[in-house]
Amino acid sequence: MLKEVKSRLPADKAGFAGILDPVCGMEVKSPSKYFIDLDGKRYEFCSEDCQNKFALNPNEYLEKINKIEPSYKTTSSGIEKLSLPINGLHCTSCVNTIEREIKQLPGIKVAHVNYATETAHVEFMNGETNTEEIIGAIKKAGYQTGQSTLKLGIRGMYCGSCVTKIEKELKQSSGVISASVDLGTESAIINYVPGLISINEIKNVIDKLGYKTFDTTSVKLEKVEEKEKVTAEPVDENQAAREKEYKTLMKKFIFASVLSLPAILFSYPDLWGLPAAFQKGTTLLNYIWIGMGLLSLPVMFWSGSQFYTGAWAAFKNRSANMHTLIATGISAAWLYSIVAVLFPGIFPTEQLADVFFDVVFVVVALVVLGMALEIRAKGKSSEAIKKLIGLQAKTARVLRNGNEIDIPIEEVVLDDIIIVRPGEKIPVDGEIVDGSSTVDESMITGESIPVEKHKGDEVIGASINKTGSFKFKATKVGKDTALAQIIQMVEQAQSSKAPIQRIVDNVSGYFVPAVIIIAILSFVTWYVFGPVPQLIYALIVFVTVLVIACPCALGLATPISLMVGVGKGAENGILIRSGEALETAQKLNSIVLDKTGTITEGKPSLTDVITSNGFSENDVLSLSASVEKSSEHPLAEAIVNGAKDRSLEILDAQKFNAVPGHGVEAEVNNRKIYLGNLKMMKKFTIELGSLEEQSRKLADEGKTPMFVAIDNKAAGIIAVADIIKPDSKEAIAHLKKLGLEVVMITGDNSRTANAIGKQVGIDRVLAEVLPEDKAFNVQKLQNEGKIVAMVGDGINDAPALAQADIGLAIGTGTDVAIEASDITLIKGSLKGVVLAIQLSKATMKNIKENLFGAFFYNGLGIPIAAGLLYPFFGLLLSPLIAGAAMAFSSVTVVTNANRLRRFKAKL
Amino acid sequence: MLLDQILVIIGGLALSTWVAWYFWFSEKEAVKIQTAEGGIQEAVIKVKGGYTPDVLIFEAGKPIKLNFIREETAACSEEVIFSDLNKKATLTPFKTIPIELNIDKPGEYGFQCGMGMLKGKLIIE
Repeated sequence: MLKEVKSRLPADKAGFAGILDPVCGMEVKSPSKYFIDLDGKRYEFCSEDCQNKFALNPNEYLEKINKIEPSYKTTSSGIEKLSLPINGLHCTSCVNTIEREIKQLPGIKVAHVNYATETAHVEFMNGETNTEEIIGAIKKAGYQTGQSTLKLGIRGMYCGSCVTKIEKELKQSSGVISASVDLGTESAIINYVPGLISINEIKNVIDKLGYKTFDTTSVKLEKVEEKEKVTAEPVDENQAAREKEYKTLMKKFIFASVLSLPAILFSYPDLWGLPAAFQKGTTLLNYIWIGMGLLSLPVMFWSGSQFYTGAWAAFKNRSANMHTLIATGISAAWLYSIVAVLFPGIFPTEQLADVFFDVVFVVVALVVLGMALEIRAKGKSSEAIKKLIGLQAKTARVLRNGNEIDIPIEEVVLDDIIIVRPGEKIPVDGEIVDGSSTVDESMITGESIPVEKHKGDEVIGASINKTGSFKFKATKVGKDTALAQIIQMVEQAQSSKAPIQRIVDNVSGYFVPAVIIIAILSFVTWYVFGPVPQLIYALIVFVTVLVIACPCALGLATPISLMVGVGKGAENGILIRSGEALETAQKLNSIVLDKTGTITEGKPSLTDVITSNGFSENDVLSLSASVEKSSEHPLAEAIVNGAKDRSLEILDAQKFNAVPGHGVEAEVNNRKIYLGNLKMMKKFTIELGSLEEQSRKLADEGKTPMFVAIDNKAAGIIAVADIIKPDSKEAIAHLKKLGLEVVMITGDNSRTANAIGKQVGIDRVLAEVLPEDKAFNVQKLQNEGKIVAMVGDGINDAPALAQADIGLAIGTGTDVAIEASDITLIKGSLKGVVLAIQLSKATMKNIKENLFGAFFYNGLGIPIAAGLLYPFFGLLLSPLIAGAAMAFSSVTVVTNANRLRRFKAKL
Repeated sequence: MLLDQILVIIGGLALSTWVAWYFWFSEKEAVKIQTAEGGIQEAVIKVKGGYTPDVLIFEAGKPIKLNFIREETAACSEEVIFSDLNKKATLTPFKTIPIELNIDKPGEYGFQCGMGMLKGKLIIE
């Protein structure tokens, strides 16, 4: 049997004289120290561990040896065939570019890119080039291959040769681009092409070699694009690092703070009224001070180590930061104290030989505590994005070859049919092909009421199926899903810069060195003009100025509020593209609302049924719907749906005939029905009576009336209209309350437009505007000196959205990344506009509070620390107070930003 | 005025001048990144209390790959933000986090940590 194993060695290993360990598969030099004789055969092992494993369950390993089958696709000199999916092929000329690029590689026999299937078929000489180089060539041509990265845990590796073996086997599997196995972390990172090999197949390859695979915390889709890779970097790991840092800082804080108690006690023996033996000048106190000097070493260089490393790293880069200030401050206090303890004689007066160990201990303790608290608070600030990432489903139940199989979400491809049961998460975006249900989409749209979904309706990935089961076809997967785009947009916005931040950037570049200079000049001033003992005062002032200054509060003020604000928006279905959008949104004067689809539903529905000549409403509607069932006119659908909503019977119509420009006629239940406009009625000489007047009234309200005649007698009017969304009127009232001029823009005639405007409370109506002139009208408003927002559907209104200072796109379902918009409202309601404006106002207010706080704090704190109040009030800050103030100033900024998390729209 | 006071004044002013010169006016050392085979300009940036190197020169129009390695757990450097480019990355400690950029327009593009304490810039020529 061993011979068999040997024969399966790859060609280049054939000359190797060793044998294979049946447990881990590594090569063992025979004779080995570890062996087992079984059934007359000797099995040798690399280690005692493997030997024991084999002894416990020899059959498992023997079976495995039998099962090992070569998975090499070709001989080392053969031709290899490769199919690679390519992303982003937009034109046929791209095909040539890619083909040319691939053909430049050595050993390429065939290179063919199929535009329709977005796949590259390459045949190449194995050994002359490899998959990785081909992917590189495609990348060089400017395209990405559809490549995924898999992180897999592997158990049972004991040695370096296991690593090479697994890597080699993986790399030789079709579809695997690269594999890197790490013995230390017991894991492998595998780049593969999802269509060619599945995660399970990859696992099988490893399992076959005798190792056990397990899923690590992050089996994540990491498309080739590096930026994606960065965002897909497991959040947990960062969270863990943050948690660890927090714990370390807390330990450092506790250590420093415990030691600071005796330091405070013995630094001011007269203040606490200690016994005479402990008073200044006594030998005992001197020894205590020496002890404190020793204890201060771990405080400075362990508890406060980050100040020194941070300061030094910054210094090397010719920059200075908070660490520079703290490190300089405590070092000055410490050096002075050490000199005072060890060489009190060098001071001209005994009074000068004072110690400031308490300053070192307390400042280190407090600033470290501040840093720890900041980590905690900041963790909360980024909760929104973490929640979004956490929304993603892990697996999908897909129908393949008639079987339902559970696969990781990364392997779902376009057009997969996915089955969703009640209570399950919908894994990707798609369209229902079978079944119906209600779906809770609140996590994406912010809409709390579950939405009914039927065949043909769109479902959004990460939303939760409530009641029924259904099957849907995947229309967007991977980074194209609504959720992935939302996450990307939120992350981008959070890292963007609000214009207000530029002021801060200008200041912060000069801040720290300026503080150092102020500290030096304060020292000089106090030394020259200050009261006795000058040196002591000068030193205290120097240290206090350095310690109180807080560049962190300044630097944090804007980004932290932006992060919370943008995250809060995402929670409510409002996607803000950038900090700039947020800042502009709160300065708006005027808001232009597109009528169709924004104020109104965007599709007609039945509004009125008026009867005459004794016909009943139900008869009129039911018969009309029966006629219209055969019609393809959009208004017809509204009538049919209206009848369905009232649960009326819809019958089959005979002799259906459409009279262009007039209406339709048909027979239902042997009754002759005419349905159409005035012209239609006149054509068939139907006496309308008062109906004509009523029809005009309906038209004035912006509705489309249609006359119905049954058996040559006027039966009534059915009116259809693009109805106003239920909350439009309320939202517009709120917009007005926010001080905005609300303008409606529409292509409708002014009569209809004014009617709608009146109903929703808009005074300024721009009617009969051609779609292409919408942008021009927005510009006209801007020329009036106004900051204008445009709200529209993002497709027809794109130019107007782009022209406006702020373009708000009302998205529908999964189309969230609307390029022209600065803000996207996932939920179709106008209330989102109100919310977006209120949120941006709240966020900007928060940023301003933070900035004011930070500037005010530093602007006031530094002069006071420098002793500005001393000549007038005899007031001088203690460095201890300065340390406390500094520690809590940045925590205050973060805490203030976190207040935004409680933001609620005032609706 | 006593001698020690005069010395302190001179010393203080000299030190202040030096601080101003060192942090504000002295030339920072910039590292020019060579284009590697395949047209990618790749650089490794160590993150520890600062970015090393912190001023990098690249050529415009060619893909840039920055490999950030954060060699500390201090929370300050957790994020790196390229605000002009709307890019952000969370740097997991002791891991190489690549950021790929493609900048066509010459100019200076700053990057910084989450709160702007650590700074660096890319000079695109």
